[in-house]
Amino acid sequence: MTELRAIMTTEELALNIRRHAVNMCHLGKSSHVGAVLSMADILAVYYGSICAKRPSEPKWPERDRFILSKGHAGAGVYAVLAETGFFPVEELRTHYANGSRLSGHVSHKGVPGVEISTGSLGHGLPIGAGMAFAAKLDGKGHRVTVLLGDGECDEGSNWEAILFAAHHKLSNLVAIIDYNKLQSLCPVEETLALEPFADKWRAFGWQVVEVDGHDHDALRVALDVDPSTGGKPTCIIAHTVKGKGVSFMEHSVLWHYRNPQGVEYENAMAELGVTIDEK
Amino acid sequence: MRNEMIRVLMELAGANSNVILVTGDLGFGVFDEFVEKLPRQFLNAGIAEQNMTGLAVGMALEGKVVFTYSIGNFPTLRCLEQIRNDACYHGANVKIVAVGGGFTYGSLGISHHATEDLAIMRALPDITVVAPGDPVEAAAATRAICHTSGPCYLRLGRGGEPVVHGSGLDFKIGKAVTLFEGDDVALISTGGILHNALLARQALVDSGLSVGLYSMHTLKPFDSELVAELAVKTKLIVTVEEHTVIGGLGSAVAEITAQMSSTRARLKVIGLQDRFSSVVGDQEYLRDVYGLSVDKIVATVLDLWNGPRASMGLCPAGHSVVSVPVP
Repeated sequence: MTELRAIMTTEELALNIRRHAVNMCHLGKSSHVGAVLSMADILAVYYGSICAKRPSEPKWPERDRFILSKGHAGAGVYAVLAETGFFPVEELRTHYANGSRLSGHVSHKGVPGVEISTGSLGHGLPIGAGMAFAAKLDGKGHRVTVLLGDGECDEGSNWEAILFAAHHKLSNLVAIIDYNKLQSLCPVEETLALEPFADKWRAFGWQVVEVDGHDHDALRVALDVDPSTGGKPTCIIAHTVKGKGVSFMEHSVLWHYRNPQGVEYENAMAELGVTIDEK
Repeated sequence: MRNEMIRVLMELAGANSNVILVTGDLGFGVFDEFVEKLPRQFLNAGIAEQNMTGLAVGMALEGKVVFTYSIGNFPTLRCLEQIRNDACYHGANVKIVAVGGGFTYGSLGISHHATEDLAIMRALPDITVVAPGDPVEAAAATRAICHTSGPCYLRLGRGGEPVVHGSGLDFKIGKAVTLFEGDDVALISTGGILHNALLARQALVDSGLSVGLYSMHTLKPFDSELVAELAVKTKLIVTVEEHTVIGGLGSAVAEITAQMSSTRARLKVIGLQDRFSSVVGDQEYLRDVYGLSVDKIVATVLDLWNGPRASMGLCPAGHSVVSVPVP
């Protein structure tokens, strides 16, 4: 099984993350499937071909650090960690279940490979900035990558960290924005407009890369940030589609909350290449 | 207290390069020597307490022992969720230092009155909460929290607090300091109000009472053992805190005594009565307004001792005190 995973392409990994996400939200009757589907390709490319890691030694000191700041999409992180060998894939079925260690919002307690528990938005980037600052102090060469939601950028704490990271030239810090343009109740631009978004990050002193968040080749190039050069932290604005991969979930606020059951579940899995017969 | 904290912190940081001091752009002049001697271990995070606390957690999880510093409620309430979710849940070695406990910055107004901090910090799981009573305790507490695993909250006064303890103080996190033993009344104090409690105790002794005095410098973990002992041994426990009566020292004592099968002592909680102070005044002035001056502590104790307690038959004959001496 481990060997099979080792030769998995990032496209296959992304598809598996999507299948797990739909399945986990179905079994757990839980929310946020759209938020997981939108970042599945980012996770697949990051864990599949960028991140320095040792699944058998999760706390390996030289690992790259990854923080999911949009903690409500924790199912995606659990899925990618299981698929890359941090813990058994079978455990994913316990997501949301009584007595499980896989809580709805991502938790590090007892889950190998999760650095930071999140769930309240706007926490990941300050912590990532601290990790990057400490790595610079100690002359260590690993990267710290924080994945944020777009709606999450409403939180002022992020902008405190954005100021801090640029001021201290944290070139080992990478912020990825899963920019799917939808937040909890309605489109981002109708809530608190972020545009001109890239210009804001540049004005704060960050290097900005805009990328199609579902294009694996483009993501591979964008995510491979050299932590030792540039003197600026990097923001990767990944343009994504919420619910990506399941046609009726795409671009839909409804699927931020709704969980797939019955025919919806069967159809979603069918679109991801899995035949389900619940009868 | 502040200067003692910084003196000890410099010593600790000098001996361990992983000890880092992060300020939220406060402490004008007081860190000059630290910055000069240990520039790589000092960081001004700016006026951004949420980021200060989050980044302190990030650094702590990478092996640092990070002291965050600010005044009043800024390093606690402004970033409460970062303390709860990030520092406490992750067991991060973040030591939160607040200068200006209680009415230290009295005249500056309610934004600068730290009068609910102990209750709020104490309610969080997996944190150590310390409010030293004088500069000697502040020095010892700084050393102790640096060597205590996980998040700690250190609530200080500012500067110029009277020294209460002599040399050789035996300071242990979670263990109150007994200054005097007494059979009638147990005065338990937390934080910088200790000196007033000391003077009040002397006045009460002068009026004929046997009064113990305890500095409860740690509110969490709490010295339940001492409280349980005093609840049986004495007739009246009086807690004194420059803080709301909700959730602080008095509440912590009540949580113990209320669950005991039998106690001898009645409890009186002296503190701020669930209100903001819109009165302008310096620390001593506000302490007096809210019943925390020496005179008022003495008067409260004597009223109780001579009043309802006596009528309840709990006050043995010969112990009743008529006059209220003012020190």
